[in-house]
Amino acid sequence: MKDLPGGVIESVGSTARNKTGGWRNFKPRVDFSKCVGCGVCEKFCPEGCIEIKEVEHLGKKCVIDYDYCKGCLICMEECPVKAITKEVEEK
Amino acid sequence: MSEKVIEGSRAIAEAVALCDVKVIAAYPITPQTHIVEALARMHANGEIDCEFVNTEAEFSSISLILGATAAGARSFTATSSQGLALMHEVLFAAAGLRIPLVMVVANRALSAPINIWNDHQDSVSQRDNGWIQIYCESVQEAVDSVIQAYKIAEECLLPTMVCIDGFYLTHVYEPVSIPSKEKVERFLPKFNPKYKLDPEKPLTFGALAFPKDYARIRKQLHEAALRSKEVVGRVNREFHSIFGRKYGNGMVETYGSGETAIIAAGSVCGTIKHFIEHENKKLSLVRIRLFRPFPRREIREALEDKESVIVIDRSVSLGNAGTLFTEVRDVLYEMDKRPKVTNFILGLGGVDVTRKTLRYVIEKHGKVSSGHVEIVEGD
Amino acid sequence: MVGRDYFSPGHRTCAGCGAAIAFRHVLEALGRDVILCQSTGCMEVTTTPYPETSFKVPWIHVLFENAASVASGVKRALLKQGNTHTQVVAIGGDGGMADIGFGAVSGALERNEDIIIIVYDTEAYSNTGLQRSGETPLFAATTTTPAGKKIPGKQEWKKNIAMIAAMHGAKYVATANIAYWQDLQSKVKKAKRLAGGTRFIHVFSPCPVGWHVESCNTVKVARLAVETGLWILYEIENGRLKINYKPTKFAPVEEYFKLQGRFKHVVNNKEAIKLVENHIKETWEEMLRVEREKVNLLKLI
Repeated sequence: MKDLPGGVIESVGSTARNKTGGWRNFKPRVDFSKCVGCGVCEKFCPEGCIEIKEVEHLGKKCVIDYDYCKGCLICMEECPVKAITKEVEEK
Repeated sequence: MSEKVIEGSRAIAEAVALCDVKVIAAYPITPQTHIVEALARMHANGEIDCEFVNTEAEFSSISLILGATAAGARSFTATSSQGLALMHEVLFAAAGLRIPLVMVVANRALSAPINIWNDHQDSVSQRDNGWIQIYCESVQEAVDSVIQAYKIAEECLLPTMVCIDGFYLTHVYEPVSIPSKEKVERFLPKFNPKYKLDPEKPLTFGALAFPKDYARIRKQLHEAALRSKEVVGRVNREFHSIFGRKYGNGMVETYGSGETAIIAAGSVCGTIKHFIEHENKKLSLVRIRLFRPFPRREIREALEDKESVIVIDRSVSLGNAGTLFTEVRDVLYEMDKRPKVTNFILGLGGVDVTRKTLRYVIEKHGKVSSGHVEIVEGD
Repeated sequence: MVGRDYFSPGHRTCAGCGAAIAFRHVLEALGRDVILCQSTGCMEVTTTPYPETSFKVPWIHVLFENAASVASGVKRALLKQGNTHTQVVAIGGDGGMADIGFGAVSGALERNEDIIIIVYDTEAYSNTGLQRSGETPLFAATTTTPAGKKIPGKQEWKKNIAMIAAMHGAKYVATANIAYWQDLQSKVKKAKRLAGGTRFIHVFSPCPVGWHVESCNTVKVARLAVETGLWILYEIENGRLKINYKPTKFAPVEEYFKLQGRFKHVVNNKEAIKLVENHIKETWEEMLRVEREKVNLLKLI
């Protein structure tokens, strides 16, 4: 790997290759029947790994990218309709 | 070009103004203050088109110009003694980040006790940080070295400090030739760094390096520092071809042909040259201009065939000996025939180094054995 | 996804990190035309492990205490190159900006440098294991102000760095809180618009690991800080104070304390709670009076 002078990094955003999903002990699970796609979870996720997007024919829902989710469960706590529950992470 | 009798600090300010410097950070400390005051006057009169920032500490000054240079603007600051010591962390960071800063250090003793006069303790104590260090004998050399420093720093991507003896070179009035703007523009290309802070091309400077990456990057830094020696020599030749002045081979300058060599740096070399010329032709001088990187080969070549060597230090590595002495002796160790070498630490805290001092040193050198270390308190 | 264009996941922040939430919103509001000058701290170390970086905007980290000085130099350099539009931001934690970096921040404010200074306040030196800083609140237990048999946590009040910035005559000062993300984003955007002098934003960013708060409660704790009246959301512009949010009834301080292990030694201490509540009451009375009477703080300096 080629170093630039002084350790300057050109590959911006490259921490994305580090999948922090492996950190989890608990996993947030979204119940799409309750989720109203309000987006509060997306706003408060420290990893920024939640997207509110179209899910099949269900409309806009909270979709979690489990590659990065560390299982902090802020989304579960903040969800105004309690659509998110926690599960033990299977290792 | 103008030839005039001018205060050293003022001459250096004019040299800075010739180099298309865009950001100047200023903080006062004796004996460098006249340099930044001269620049302030030039800025206030519209003679220099730059951002002139009065900071709240030297720490801030050096950090500010680091940011400015990283963002693509040539910058400048000057300091001495305690100010340089306060900058210590940032100096290491600047070299590690490969930011081509140029700073003038008006050498002054370090506290404690507090003392405002000249010795080399401040900059010599910074020799490990990766900065290129050039020591000047005269105001003319200081002017020329500031201009050269930008070319050297920007090519090597290593920050460079131009060291001048406080008071002896800052407050003295002597005839100086100030180069013309047109010649400086010919010599010094515009600052155009490849890696800089720019929203058009985002980069990350200053990441966290784990052990193996740190070791590898530091090795690269060390190799760059070693390579910069050749650039200093080449820039000395290029400067000569445009301005007609050179300083030895850029790294060391020899004077006289006597078999007892004196090694020294800075303005004391002017006194030593005079002494050799008028009092004792059995001596010669090897003036160290480039201290970092340490020009081992050039020193060894200059000392070949010398009977004995007197190393004059203007600082002391407390608990050991003068630094120049230990480093020169290390070079002498490589020789088949090692001359006698002694260490005389002179002029601490601004004690004048006179001909009487030098007479004492030469006589004492004759009487003691190799490895003798002595701090001379006064004449 | 908020901030995703400027800040990637994969950083090594703790699960539930409040500062990470702050960064997402701050970077979203700052946009692409920005240069970040950051101090050593959690959000520097976790985001730039060589050779990776989370940042997709220009970013420089030099040392712990000089972000504001570096930013001053960057801005000056841009001006000399004819660039008046790029936002230059000095950003760091409370340690790097309010303690060791305070001199640099003060110098930048005094010179009215055209930069935005943002402090993400974890109320301690989080990165080194949660030692107390000048921003650590009264009674909080940290590793250097432990709750001992003789001394119950930090014995000094929290340093009000936003007010100090205002008393330097800063062009725009605001406090913000990650639980009120719209307010945070709009304040950053407002700071962008008010270019031409120093803008200062102080963002409350809970550190769940350090404060011994369950990771899921980061935002809840941030919200309670405001609801109890301990963290006041306000702006100071041209010397005039504007309080952005006034809770109709303050939540009890115990509710805030009981979620945090760093306060567990005082949560049942009636005297300590009373002391804190009185402080809240007195501070609010004065703040409201300053706002109501349209006191011009700039006239005081």
